[in-house]
Amino acid sequence: MSHFFTYAILTATIASGIQYTAPFLLAALGETLGQRSGVLNLGVDGIMLLGAFSTYYVAYRTGDLGLALVAGLATGAVLGLLTAFMSVTLNAEQGISGIGVYILALGLTDLLFVKLVGTPTPIKPLMGLDIGLLDRIPAVGRMFFHQNALIYVAFLLVPVLGFVLYRTTYGTKVLACGENPAAADSLGINVHRIRYSAVIAGSTMAGLAGATLLINYGIFQENLTQSAGFIAVALVYFGAWKPGGVMAGSLLYGIVTAVIFQWKSLGIIPVSDADLAATAPAVITVLALLSVGRRFRQPSALAKPYVRGA
Amino acid sequence: MVAKGPGDAPVVLEMQGITKRFPGVLANDHVDFDVRSGEVHTLFGENGAGKSTLMSILYGLHRADEGVTLLDGEPVTIGSPAEAIRLGIGMIHQHFMLVPTLTVAENVSLGLASTRGPLKDTRRVSQRIEELSSAYGIRVNPAAAVWQLSVGERQRVEIIKALYREARLLILDEPTAVLTPGEVDDLFRVLAQMRSDGRSMVFISHKLREVLALSDRITVLRAGRNVGTVLPAEVSEERLAELMVGRHIGAERPSPQGPSPAGEALLRVRDLVVRGDRGADTVTGVSLDVRAGEIVGIAGVSGNGQRELAEAIACLRSPSRGTIRVGGVDLAGRNAAGARRAGLGFVPEERMRDGVIGDFSVSENLMLVDAAKAAFSRWGFLRGRSIRSYCAERVSTFDVRTPGLETPTRNLSGGNIQKLILARELSGNPKVLLVAQPTRGIDVAATRYIHERLREQARKGIAVLVVSEDLDEVINLADRILVMYEGRIIGEAGARTTTREALGLMLAGVAAAPAGAAAGSSAG
Ligand SMILES: Nc1ncnc2c1ncn2[C@@H]1O[C@H](COP(=O)(O)OP(=O)(O)OP(=O)(O)O)[C@@H](O)[C@H]1O
Ligand SMILES: [Mg+2]
Repeated sequence: MSHFFTYAILTATIASGIQYTAPFLLAALGETLGQRSGVLNLGVDGIMLLGAFSTYYVAYRTGDLGLALVAGLATGAVLGLLTAFMSVTLNAEQGISGIGVYILALGLTDLLFVKLVGTPTPIKPLMGLDIGLLDRIPAVGRMFFHQNALIYVAFLLVPVLGFVLYRTTYGTKVLACGENPAAADSLGINVHRIRYSAVIAGSTMAGLAGATLLINYGIFQENLTQSAGFIAVALVYFGAWKPGGVMAGSLLYGIVTAVIFQWKSLGIIPVSDADLAATAPAVITVLALLSVGRRFRQPSALAKPYVRGA
Repeated sequence: MVAKGPGDAPVVLEMQGITKRFPGVLANDHVDFDVRSGEVHTLFGENGAGKSTLMSILYGLHRADEGVTLLDGEPVTIGSPAEAIRLGIGMIHQHFMLVPTLTVAENVSLGLASTRGPLKDTRRVSQRIEELSSAYGIRVNPAAAVWQLSVGERQRVEIIKALYREARLLILDEPTAVLTPGEVDDLFRVLAQMRSDGRSMVFISHKLREVLALSDRITVLRAGRNVGTVLPAEVSEERLAELMVGRHIGAERPSPQGPSPAGEALLRVRDLVVRGDRGADTVTGVSLDVRAGEIVGIAGVSGNGQRELAEAIACLRSPSRGTIRVGGVDLAGRNAAGARRAGLGFVPEERMRDGVIGDFSVSENLMLVDAAKAAFSRWGFLRGRSIRSYCAERVSTFDVRTPGLETPTRNLSGGNIQKLILARELSGNPKVLLVAQPTRGIDVAATRYIHERLREQARKGIAVLVVSEDLDEVINLADRILVMYEGRIIGEAGARTTTREALGLMLAGVAAAPAGAAAGSSAG
């Protein structure tokens, strides 16, 4: 292979890796926010799936991508409200209620897909957005600065979430509710309200993650997420509940996925091993992250409902 | 009401006919209670008498079933802490209410509006904290993370939190239980200053000495009822203890001082070095023996390595050097269960964290250790009936006051949780019993009861090691006192030949007296 060829493949791989990363990153950042407030949301994958479907459906009906995105976000918010109602108001066992939301969203998506769409057709793609002149920088420009707007949003949310958590009074309240809700309550903070807001905002991000996934694919299909939401939950743990850590994990996952895909299409991995190779991103990421992770403590009140005076 | 407060200051708070029921318990039974402006009004009473419950109602954490609360003569309903704070009420809780991962400044300003809108105003908050800390002589570093602070420092943060919110009525629920004598003096100085600012305080403590020294009035609760209000000048320690339990209990008789028991050394510690949480060695070469039938006390100001020493002996923390033997068995490489099998009974300092599982019932907690034993399980299944009768027997022998065996343990009062742990730890007939802070936060009567139980164990030939920051306790209980300072044993005193004052000096590392007699004679 010529140098030029290798080079082109490399940039293309990284560019698509970044694209793969975005949905994981969005979902994991949303989950980070919820967990920092003390709520474990295991329904992310379902929220992503239904979010992707509603985005697809609105785009398919109206051709308006903006409207479609709003549908994806709204779906996330509504499912977030449901999750918060079960976890915060009803004090449900959070592992179970999350799986409940997942199953609900999965069933609903399948049902709506069959009833409303049947045979899907592709939606028009969201064009790559060039940022200033940056995309003209050789190689790097193509890799980083010729992505669709949602990809930029995903990466922009990393510092935004960091800022919210560590620099705002709201963030301090979220952290307090996740570590010691009784202390927060004793200072007059409405623990339930903070947890509701964090879960709804986090789930809205999961809805956006679904929309991003859908737009990357351009068409809806059954089980579009392929458990991406569960991977996102794992990325939160291994990213040590920090936006930067979560981003590093998501990037690793996305790029390994892109590399495997590239190797498959180049025939480096034989077709017979394709299924095995498909599990590689998860395995490699988990191994890599295991080696750095586990030194960090989870929020002390994670998955513990707060009942005053109990 | 017999007593009159300081002068005839106006009444700021009046609680009338407060009643609160929990499942199986009448925690407050038509309690009347009032506080005047600029006074310290103490609530005194047995563990479980309902002191914290009454104050939780005032602070909006619980809702009263009956009764009214008046502030400045106006009836108020306080449905949440947020409302209590708005009304100028502050509370320092029996257990710290801090977020360990946040800084002091973040903890102090948590929940308050910021001058920078949604953004934190760390600089301003820190500035205000500095002002308060110099005005009241409370040393805190606003930038420190709370998890790094000692217990005494955390207590100071709690006080700053209340001052920062300009509380005019401050509830202090056992603020001194975990403080060292010096820290208690500092706290009392701050409280005196707050009182002269015209703030009012409700103070709760089990320590008679403190209660008599600090209070303007003392109200005694017994089994949820107000049994009278007295002035400190009118009562002795003994009379107060009597009021509390409703019968004469007399002064505690210290352990009889016989010749040191010459039994076999059941606990042998040699050259022990243990690393603390922050990476530095906190136990730096400790050797000690505890003989059969002997009670040895380890005295020391908190943070001098006692906790790590106890945890190392209980095999909850591995030592970096040295040996520990229980009845001749080396504990090296064992875990807590292994230490137990070697014959160690352990009552930890952090009862709620290490001693019981709060959500488990009383009987489940009693069975935590014994569950594997043959009498209670068959082929791995627990046998309900024999467990119930065994637990009922334990609960009554150790006078654990609980509505039932199935009550979640976290609903018990502090003293009763402690008795529960003792009941469990002593059931296995240990060779060595290690007890950390046996009566922290425990009422006078229960303290005596627990002390009596420990003496009884010693008489049975068990080697008892008591780690305590309470000087009166070690002096009353121990045959020998070892003083720990900066990770070492710096002196030994015979319990009956030393005084509180002499011991206090040794604790501060001042007079590292080699023998008890010398320490005793140096005291005033
Ligand atoms: N949340 C709760 N649920 C059920 N019972 C409770 C609860 N809180 C307290 N109780 C019970 O109410 C009674 C009064 O408890 P409270 O905590 O007010 O006692 P206290 O006087 O503060 O005791 P201590 O000196 O040990 O702190 C006790 O019998 C206790 O077991
Ligand atoms: Mg109490």
